[in-house]
Amino acid sequence: MRWIEKCKEKARRAVNKPPVYGHDIDIGLYDISLELREGKKELFPGAEKRFAGSYVQIDHSVIVEEVSKQYKGEIEIMRIEDALEAYDWLEDYWWKAVKVDTDKFTALAELKLHGGYFIRILPGKKVELPIHACMLIYHDRTLQNVHNIVIAEPNSEAHIISGCAIRPISRGLHVGITEFYIKKGAKLVYTMIHNWSEDTHVRPRSAAILEKNSTFINNYINLRSVGSIQAYPSFVCQEDNSRVSVNSIVFGDKDSIIDLGAEIVLKGLKSRGEIISRAVAMDNAQIVMRGRIVGESNESKGHYECRGLLLSDTAMIHSIPELIGRRQGSELSHEAAIGKISRDEIEYLMSRGLEERDAVSLIVKGFLDIELMNLPEQLANRIKVLVDMTTEKAI
Amino acid sequence: MLRVEKLTVGVANETILRDISLEIPKGEVHILFGPNGSGKTTLVKTILGLSGYKVISGRILFLGKDITNLSTNERVRLGIGAAFQRPPEVRGVKLKDLLRLTARNDLEEIINDLKVDRNLLNREVNVKFSGGEIKKSELLQVFAQNPKFIILDEPDSGVDLENLNVVGRFLAKHLTNKSALIITHIGYILKFVRAKKAYVLYKGRIAMEGDPGRIYEKIKREGYAFALD
Repeated sequence: MRWIEKCKEKARRAVNKPPVYGHDIDIGLYDISLELREGKKELFPGAEKRFAGSYVQIDHSVIVEEVSKQYKGEIEIMRIEDALEAYDWLEDYWWKAVKVDTDKFTALAELKLHGGYFIRILPGKKVELPIHACMLIYHDRTLQNVHNIVIAEPNSEAHIISGCAIRPISRGLHVGITEFYIKKGAKLVYTMIHNWSEDTHVRPRSAAILEKNSTFINNYINLRSVGSIQAYPSFVCQEDNSRVSVNSIVFGDKDSIIDLGAEIVLKGLKSRGEIISRAVAMDNAQIVMRGRIVGESNESKGHYECRGLLLSDTAMIHSIPELIGRRQGSELSHEAAIGKISRDEIEYLMSRGLEERDAVSLIVKGFLDIELMNLPEQLANRIKVLVDMTTEKAI
Repeated sequence: MLRVEKLTVGVANETILRDISLEIPKGEVHILFGPNGSGKTTLVKTILGLSGYKVISGRILFLGKDITNLSTNERVRLGIGAAFQRPPEVRGVKLKDLLRLTARNDLEEIINDLKVDRNLLNREVNVKFSGGEIKKSELLQVFAQNPKFIILDEPDSGVDLENLNVVGRFLAKHLTNKSALIITHIGYILKFVRAKKAYVLYKGRIAMEGDPGRIYEKIKREGYAFALD
């Protein structure tokens, strides 16, 4: 395995490379010598009916990796280390979308890998039920370094819902590498919900490569306080007619520090990219929303839209749109607005009999509109309940 | 039911309404005429207790209770409901979701009588609504609340003729035996609604009160200029 040695060598050279964005983190504060818990458990009741397959990892242990009966032969789900054993060709996907020497976090994920999922939707398979992936941190001071690879083979269709969470009393550092490969004509919707604690730091490093006529919808939802999150995933529309839409709904309260970006590179002819972000900042939350679209091909189109709602004068929302045009035939645009809820709107709702608090909560819930995410109805309803609960608790 | 006693109201350090008194007993519909800028909407918003409308003197009584210092939603809970002339856009909140929280009446009859396009229910409240859609949405909302006392701010302005007839017939049916104050500067609504009494608001004062039909004829004949006398 010469190639993997090469990866490790590159990683070793980057172990001290600080991240470009977000504050640095002393990795030494997190304990990485955890006992592994043995044994797989059964899927939780009803999972077969709700999900096409599941992957659940707690700390470093895989608890569930299973494809539901009717989807066997349509999708593959396994721990990433097992996939590396099983498939020689994984070399062609390993650190091919994300660079291993991006910074100390990518280096760490290579040198001290703690699992992650390999999900592959086989060619031409249309998977109606969502695939469920879940990363949990249980023990205090856990460092969770995972490397996920998702491959949507040609003309396949699927929806992955991924949840990451921590036991509320625990502190943790989560480094999640996710590389997406969306092959010709494939369609993937990937929805990630983060639910961290005030003492968790999160450094995802993700990227996607889209082939001809493929579509990737990437949704991100953060609903709870977090120590800090910094991510700047990259989406490359490599081939003609590929489409990507990146939607995020970010709710920041208490002392959360959130620095979230999305970069779309339009390389393929007639490729399309769109970034839509909604941020609500309360208390002392500091939220930076970055959006960068690079137009490198003719007849490509890109749009970035960011709206921020500021609910406190000690919070901050910073929107940074960047458009880079390299072809005359590439059309790029952006719009951004940050403000508070207008008094008129609150009083209008109060004049319908709502308490002030309920009026604010209704407007915030509406602002955090998950409809823009193009989710299947059932899933949308479930996430809406989560968003509503978060808003009601916070306001 | 609603009594306004010698009400003087200021908005941003400017006195807009002076010494306004009116009383609407249970089961009566009264009309408030007045040209643009006379203070009609200020009166509506003051009765509702919206911020920025400061009662300098006088008081507002509803069902015998002094509500001058109550919050908006407390007044609404006592039974006041209003349809606004220019309601704000509430992004992200669908009309049907708002109605789910506020409606106490059966919506079906109101929707049918108002000929509300059901797509309107799935749209964000007031966002890019046309003039007619705003009227219908406001009337739908206020009648769904089933208030004891209804204030309608200009239900007949900015609506095309076809919708005006729909709104008029709706009010003719649904205002029967109700207590209401209807604000209008054009007065079309009188063709449909039987009103007991009318007032003319001019430059912040009640310039005249009396029979709605007679006052309406006078306004049509002479314009609002007569109120100068």
